[in-house]
Amino acid sequence: MMSNVVTIGCFLLGIGFGLAGYAPDWLLHPSLPSLLLALLIFQVGIGLGAKDNLNEILRSLRVRMLLLPAFTIAGSLLFSAGAVLLLTGRSLAECLAVGSGFGYYSLSSVLIADLGPAAFGEGRAAELAAVALLANVIREVLTLFGLSLFARWCGQVAPISAAGINSMDVCLPGIVRYSGGGSSLVPLAVMHGIALEVSVPLLIGLFCRP
Amino acid sequence: MPSLSGAERTGCANLDPMLRILLLLLLGVGIGFLARRRPVVHRTERGVQAVIATLLFVFGTSIGADSSLIRNIGSVGGHAAVIGVLATVGSLLAGVAAQRIIFGKGGRL
Repeated sequence: MMSNVVTIGCFLLGIGFGLAGYAPDWLLHPSLPSLLLALLIFQVGIGLGAKDNLNEILRSLRVRMLLLPAFTIAGSLLFSAGAVLLLTGRSLAECLAVGSGFGYYSLSSVLIADLGPAAFGEGRAAELAAVALLANVIREVLTLFGLSLFARWCGQVAPISAAGINSMDVCLPGIVRYSGGGSSLVPLAVMHGIALEVSVPLLIGLFCRP
Repeated sequence: MPSLSGAERTGCANLDPMLRILLLLLLGVGIGFLARRRPVVHRTERGVQAVIATLLFVFGTSIGADSSLIRNIGSVGGHAAVIGVLATVGSLLAGVAAQRIIFGKGGRL
Protein backbone atom coordinates (compact mmCIF):
# COMPACT_ATOMS: atom_id res chain seq x y z
CA MET A 1 0.00 0.00 0.00
CA MET A 2 2.87 2.36 0.86
CA SER A 3 4.49 1.81 -2.54
CA ASN A 4 1.15 2.72 -4.19
CA VAL A 5 1.08 5.99 -2.26
CA VAL A 6 4.68 6.73 -3.33
CA THR A 7 4.00 6.00 -7.03
CA ILE A 8 0.79 8.07 -7.11
CA GLY A 9 2.67 10.80 -5.18
CA CYS A 10 5.40 10.82 -7.88
CA PHE A 11 2.72 11.16 -10.56
CA LEU A 12 1.03 14.08 -8.78
CA LEU A 13 4.42 15.70 -8.12
CA GLY A 14 5.19 15.40 -11.83
CA ILE A 15 1.89 17.08 -12.75
CA GLY A 16 2.67 19.92 -10.31
CA PHE A 17 6.18 20.24 -11.76
CA GLY A 18 4.81 20.41 -15.31
CA LEU A 19 2.01 22.83 -14.37
CA ALA A 20 4.46 25.19 -12.67
CA GLY A 21 6.64 25.18 -15.79
CA TYR A 22 9.69 23.91 -13.88
CA ALA A 23 10.28 20.93 -16.19
CA PRO A 24 13.64 21.25 -17.96
CA ASP A 25 13.86 20.25 -21.63
CA TRP A 26 15.70 16.99 -20.96
CA LEU A 27 12.81 15.81 -18.77
CA LEU A 28 10.39 16.27 -21.69
CA HIS A 29 12.78 14.65 -24.18
CA PRO A 30 10.84 12.06 -26.24
CA SER A 31 13.38 9.25 -25.81
CA LEU A 32 13.36 9.36 -21.99
CA PRO A 33 10.01 7.50 -21.41
CA SER A 34 10.93 4.87 -24.02
CA LEU A 35 14.29 4.15 -22.42
CA LEU A 36 12.72 3.91 -18.95
CA LEU A 37 9.94 1.68 -20.32
CA ALA A 38 12.48 -0.68 -21.93
CA LEU A 39 14.29 -0.89 -18.59
CA LEU A 40 10.98 -1.54 -16.79
CA ILE A 41 9.85 -4.35 -19.13
CA PHE A 42 13.29 -5.96 -18.89
CA GLN A 43 13.18 -5.85 -15.08
CA VAL A 44 9.62 -7.23 -15.00
CA GLY A 45 10.91 -10.15 -17.11
CA ILE A 46 13.86 -10.78 -14.77
CA GLY A 47 11.49 -10.74 -11.78
CA LEU A 48 9.19 -13.30 -13.45
CA GLY A 49 12.05 -15.60 -14.47
CA ALA A 50 13.68 -15.48 -11.04
CA LYS A 51 10.53 -16.18 -8.96
CA ASP A 52 11.59 -18.47 -6.07
CA ASN A 53 8.40 -20.49 -6.07
CA LEU A 54 7.94 -20.66 -9.86
CA ASN A 55 8.64 -24.42 -9.99
CA GLU A 56 6.37 -25.06 -7.01
CA ILE A 57 3.56 -23.02 -8.57
CA LEU A 58 3.94 -24.76 -11.94
CA ARG A 59 3.85 -28.21 -10.26
CA SER A 60 0.64 -27.46 -8.35
CA LEU A 61 -1.16 -26.15 -11.42
CA ARG A 62 -3.93 -27.99 -13.19
CA VAL A 63 -4.51 -27.40 -16.90
CA ARG A 64 -8.03 -26.09 -16.23
CA MET A 65 -6.61 -23.39 -13.94
CA LEU A 66 -4.83 -21.90 -16.97
CA LEU A 67 -8.26 -21.03 -18.38
CA LEU A 68 -9.00 -18.55 -15.59
CA PRO A 69 -6.76 -15.76 -16.98
CA ALA A 70 -8.43 -16.28 -20.37
CA PHE A 71 -11.86 -15.77 -18.74
CA THR A 72 -10.61 -12.65 -16.92
CA ILE A 73 -9.19 -11.19 -20.14
CA ALA A 74 -12.41 -11.96 -22.05
CA GLY A 75 -14.67 -10.47 -19.34
CA SER A 76 -12.56 -7.31 -18.88
CA LEU A 77 -12.27 -6.65 -22.60
CA LEU A 78 -15.93 -7.40 -23.34
CA PHE A 79 -17.17 -4.94 -20.70
CA SER A 80 -14.46 -2.37 -21.54
CA ALA A 81 -15.65 -2.55 -25.14
CA GLY A 82 -19.13 -1.70 -23.82
CA ALA A 83 -17.77 1.68 -22.70
CA VAL A 84 -17.74 2.78 -26.33
CA LEU A 85 -21.58 2.87 -26.14
CA LEU A 86 -21.54 5.06 -23.00
CA LEU A 87 -18.69 7.46 -23.76
CA THR A 88 -18.79 9.97 -26.58
CA GLY A 89 -15.60 10.45 -28.53
CA ARG A 90 -13.87 7.22 -27.47
CA SER A 91 -13.01 4.58 -30.06
CA LEU A 92 -13.28 0.82 -29.47
CA ALA A 93 -9.48 0.41 -29.67
CA GLU A 94 -9.02 3.14 -27.01
CA CYS A 95 -11.51 1.50 -24.61
CA LEU A 96 -9.88 -1.91 -25.14
CA ALA A 97 -6.37 -0.51 -24.61
CA VAL A 98 -7.44 1.03 -21.28
CA GLY A 99 -9.27 -2.18 -20.24
CA SER A 100 -6.13 -4.20 -21.03
CA GLY A 101 -4.38 -2.75 -17.98
CA PHE A 102 -6.10 -5.31 -15.66
CA GLY A 103 -5.27 -3.08 -12.67
CA TYR A 104 -1.59 -2.57 -13.62
CA TYR A 105 -2.02 1.21 -13.73
CA SER A 106 1.64 2.16 -13.93
CA LEU A 107 2.68 -0.12 -16.77
CA SER A 108 -0.55 0.32 -18.78
CA SER A 109 -0.39 4.13 -18.69
CA VAL A 110 3.26 4.38 -19.73
CA LEU A 111 2.75 1.76 -22.45
CA ILE A 112 -0.16 3.75 -23.90
CA ALA A 113 1.86 6.99 -23.64
CA ASP A 114 4.69 5.29 -25.53
CA LEU A 115 2.84 3.16 -28.10
CA GLY A 116 -0.35 5.23 -28.47
CA PRO A 117 0.91 8.22 -30.53
CA ALA A 118 1.31 6.08 -33.66
CA ALA A 119 -2.32 4.89 -33.42
CA PHE A 120 -4.21 7.80 -31.83
CA GLY A 121 -1.97 10.86 -32.26
CA GLU A 122 0.24 12.59 -29.68
CA GLY A 123 -2.28 14.60 -27.63
CA ARG A 124 -4.90 11.87 -27.65
CA ALA A 125 -2.39 9.22 -26.54
CA ALA A 126 -1.30 11.39 -23.59
CA GLU A 127 -4.95 11.85 -22.58
CA LEU A 128 -5.66 8.12 -23.00
CA ALA A 129 -2.62 7.27 -20.88
CA ALA A 130 -4.08 9.45 -18.09
CA VAL A 131 -7.46 7.68 -18.51
CA ALA A 132 -5.65 4.29 -18.27
CA LEU A 133 -3.83 5.32 -15.11
CA LEU A 134 -7.01 6.47 -13.34
CA ALA A 135 -9.19 3.59 -14.64
CA ASN A 136 -6.74 0.97 -13.39
CA VAL A 137 -6.25 2.75 -10.05
CA ILE A 138 -10.07 2.67 -9.71
CA ARG A 139 -10.06 -1.07 -10.51
CA GLU A 140 -7.38 -1.77 -7.90
CA VAL A 141 -9.12 0.26 -5.19
CA LEU A 142 -12.58 -1.18 -5.97
CA THR A 143 -11.24 -4.73 -5.73
CA LEU A 144 -9.10 -4.12 -2.67
CA PHE A 145 -12.05 -2.78 -0.70
CA GLY A 146 -14.68 -5.04 -2.30
CA LEU A 147 -12.91 -8.41 -1.92
CA SER A 148 -15.00 -9.64 1.00
CA LEU A 149 -18.28 -8.71 -0.75
CA PHE A 150 -17.16 -10.20 -4.07
CA ALA A 151 -16.24 -13.47 -2.32
CA ARG A 152 -19.61 -13.58 -0.48
CA TRP A 153 -21.73 -12.79 -3.55
CA CYS A 154 -19.78 -14.42 -6.37
CA GLY A 155 -17.77 -17.36 -4.94
CA GLN A 156 -14.09 -18.01 -4.39
CA VAL A 157 -12.77 -17.61 -7.95
CA ALA A 158 -14.46 -14.32 -8.89
CA PRO A 159 -12.35 -12.15 -6.52
CA ILE A 160 -9.20 -13.46 -8.24
CA SER A 161 -10.59 -12.40 -11.62
CA ALA A 162 -11.73 -9.00 -10.34
CA ALA A 163 -8.27 -8.36 -8.82
CA GLY A 164 -6.68 -8.77 -12.25
CA ILE A 165 -2.93 -8.49 -12.04
CA ASN A 166 -3.14 -7.60 -8.35
CA SER A 167 -4.28 -11.17 -7.54
CA MET A 168 -0.60 -12.07 -7.12
CA ASP A 169 0.46 -9.21 -4.85
CA VAL A 170 -1.71 -6.42 -3.36
CA CYS A 171 -4.96 -8.42 -3.26
CA LEU A 172 -3.46 -11.86 -2.47
CA PRO A 173 -3.82 -11.61 1.35
CA GLY A 174 -7.48 -10.55 0.95
CA ILE A 175 -8.18 -13.36 -1.54
CA VAL A 176 -6.76 -15.95 0.87
CA ARG A 177 -8.65 -14.43 3.80
CA TYR A 178 -12.10 -13.87 2.31
CA SER A 179 -12.47 -16.49 -0.45
CA GLY A 180 -12.70 -19.44 1.93
CA GLY A 181 -10.23 -21.52 -0.07
CA GLY A 182 -7.29 -20.63 2.19
CA SER A 183 -3.76 -21.17 0.89
CA SER A 184 -5.02 -23.62 -1.77
CA LEU A 185 -5.96 -20.53 -3.81
CA VAL A 186 -2.42 -19.10 -3.76
CA PRO A 187 -1.02 -20.99 -6.83
CA LEU A 188 -4.13 -20.12 -8.85
CA ALA A 189 -4.02 -16.44 -7.82
CA VAL A 190 -0.26 -16.12 -8.49
CA MET A 191 -0.44 -17.91 -11.84
CA HIS A 192 -3.42 -15.71 -12.79
CA GLY A 193 -1.42 -12.55 -11.96
CA ILE A 194 1.65 -13.75 -13.92
CA ALA A 195 -0.42 -14.61 -17.01
CA LEU A 196 -2.07 -11.16 -16.93
CA GLU A 197 1.27 -9.42 -16.34
CA VAL A 198 2.61 -10.98 -19.54
CA SER A 199 -0.59 -10.15 -21.45
CA VAL A 200 -0.68 -6.40 -20.54
CA PRO A 201 2.12 -5.26 -22.91
CA LEU A 202 1.00 -7.67 -25.63
CA LEU A 203 -2.65 -6.58 -25.61
CA ILE A 204 -1.87 -2.85 -25.32
CA GLY A 205 0.63 -3.26 -28.17
CA LEU A 206 -2.13 -4.93 -30.18
CA PHE A 207 -4.78 -2.25 -29.53
CA CYS A 208 -2.29 0.60 -30.11
CA ARG A 209 -1.31 -0.65 -33.57
CA PRO A 210 -1.68 2.09 -36.19
CA MET B 1 4.07 15.42 -25.75
CA PRO B 2 6.51 15.59 -28.65
CA SER B 3 5.49 14.20 -32.03
CA LEU B 4 7.55 11.08 -32.54
CA SER B 5 6.28 7.51 -32.75
CA GLY B 6 7.37 4.92 -30.20
CA ALA B 7 9.67 3.19 -32.66
CA GLU B 8 11.30 6.45 -33.76
CA ARG B 9 11.82 7.41 -30.13
CA THR B 10 13.92 4.36 -29.35
CA GLY B 11 15.80 4.65 -32.59
CA CYS B 12 14.70 1.16 -33.68
CA ALA B 13 12.25 2.23 -36.36
CA ASN B 14 12.31 -1.17 -38.08
CA LEU B 15 11.21 -3.06 -34.96
CA ASP B 16 7.48 -3.34 -34.22
CA PRO B 17 6.83 -1.87 -30.71
CA MET B 18 4.93 -5.01 -29.65
CA LEU B 19 7.79 -7.24 -30.83
CA ARG B 20 10.29 -4.99 -29.03
CA ILE B 21 8.34 -5.39 -25.78
CA LEU B 22 7.97 -9.15 -26.21
CA LEU B 23 11.70 -9.55 -26.93
CA LEU B 24 12.67 -7.47 -23.89
CA LEU B 25 10.26 -9.43 -21.70
CA LEU B 26 11.52 -12.81 -22.93
CA LEU B 27 15.16 -11.70 -22.60
CA GLY B 28 14.46 -10.66 -19.01
CA VAL B 29 12.65 -13.93 -18.19
CA GLY B 30 15.58 -15.92 -19.63
CA ILE B 31 18.21 -13.95 -17.71
CA GLY B 32 16.11 -14.04 -14.52
CA PHE B 33 15.68 -17.81 -14.79
CA LEU B 34 19.39 -18.48 -15.49
CA ALA B 35 20.49 -16.15 -12.69
CA ARG B 36 17.73 -17.12 -10.21
CA ARG B 37 20.24 -18.34 -7.59
CA ARG B 38 22.07 -14.98 -7.54
CA PRO B 39 20.73 -12.58 -4.86
CA VAL B 40 20.92 -9.57 -7.18
CA VAL B 41 18.04 -10.74 -9.42
CA HIS B 42 15.74 -10.94 -6.39
CA ARG B 43 16.20 -7.21 -5.88
CA THR B 44 14.47 -6.35 -9.16
CA GLU B 45 11.23 -5.60 -7.27
CA ARG B 46 12.86 -2.45 -5.84
CA GLY B 47 14.25 -1.57 -9.26
CA VAL B 48 10.79 -1.97 -10.81
CA GLN B 49 9.26 0.31 -8.15
CA ALA B 50 11.98 2.94 -8.70
CA VAL B 51 11.58 2.91 -12.49
CA ILE B 52 7.76 3.02 -12.22
CA ALA B 53 7.97 6.01 -9.85
CA THR B 54 10.40 7.78 -12.22
CA LEU B 55 8.24 6.98 -15.25
CA LEU B 56 5.11 8.28 -13.57
CA PHE B 57 6.94 11.45 -12.54
CA VAL B 58 8.08 11.98 -16.16
CA PHE B 59 4.57 11.09 -17.38
CA GLY B 60 3.00 13.51 -14.86
CA THR B 61 5.37 16.28 -15.96
CA SER B 62 4.32 15.88 -19.60
CA ILE B 63 0.63 15.95 -18.56
CA GLY B 64 1.15 19.05 -16.39
CA ALA B 65 2.95 20.81 -19.24
CA ASP B 66 0.06 19.99 -21.62
CA SER B 67 -2.49 22.76 -21.06
CA SER B 68 -5.23 21.23 -23.27
CA LEU B 69 -5.07 17.96 -21.31
CA ILE B 70 -5.31 19.83 -18.00
CA ARG B 71 -8.41 21.67 -19.30
CA ASN B 72 -10.06 18.27 -20.03
CA ILE B 73 -9.15 16.61 -16.73
CA GLY B 74 -12.85 16.30 -15.73
CA SER B 75 -13.77 14.23 -18.77
CA VAL B 76 -10.58 12.16 -18.35
CA GLY B 77 -11.70 11.25 -14.81
CA GLY B 78 -15.26 10.44 -15.97
CA HIS B 79 -14.05 8.17 -18.77
CA ALA B 80 -11.62 6.46 -16.40
CA ALA B 81 -14.41 5.80 -13.87
CA VAL B 82 -16.68 4.24 -16.54
CA ILE B 83 -13.99 1.97 -18.03
CA GLY B 84 -12.54 1.07 -14.61
CA VAL B 85 -15.91 0.03 -13.18
CA LEU B 86 -16.94 -1.84 -16.35
CA ALA B 87 -13.63 -3.76 -16.50
CA THR B 88 -13.98 -4.76 -12.82
CA VAL B 89 -17.61 -5.89 -13.24
CA GLY B 90 -16.74 -7.75 -16.48
CA SER B 91 -13.92 -9.70 -14.88
CA LEU B 92 -16.01 -10.40 -11.77
CA LEU B 93 -18.76 -11.94 -13.93
CA ALA B 94 -16.10 -13.81 -15.95
CA GLY B 95 -14.85 -15.23 -12.63
CA VAL B 96 -18.36 -16.46 -11.77
CA ALA B 97 -18.61 -18.10 -15.22
CA ALA B 98 -15.11 -19.60 -14.87
CA GLN B 99 -16.00 -21.10 -11.48
CA ARG B 100 -19.07 -22.83 -12.97
CA ILE B 101 -17.55 -23.87 -16.30
CA ILE B 102 -13.96 -24.75 -15.35
CA PHE B 103 -14.31 -25.92 -11.78
CA GLY B 104 -17.66 -27.68 -12.02
CA LYS B 105 -21.13 -27.20 -10.58
CA GLY B 106 -20.01 -27.15 -6.96
CA GLY B 107 -17.38 -24.62 -7.92
CA ARG B 108 -14.67 -26.26 -5.78
CA LEU B 109 -11.06 -26.10 -7.01
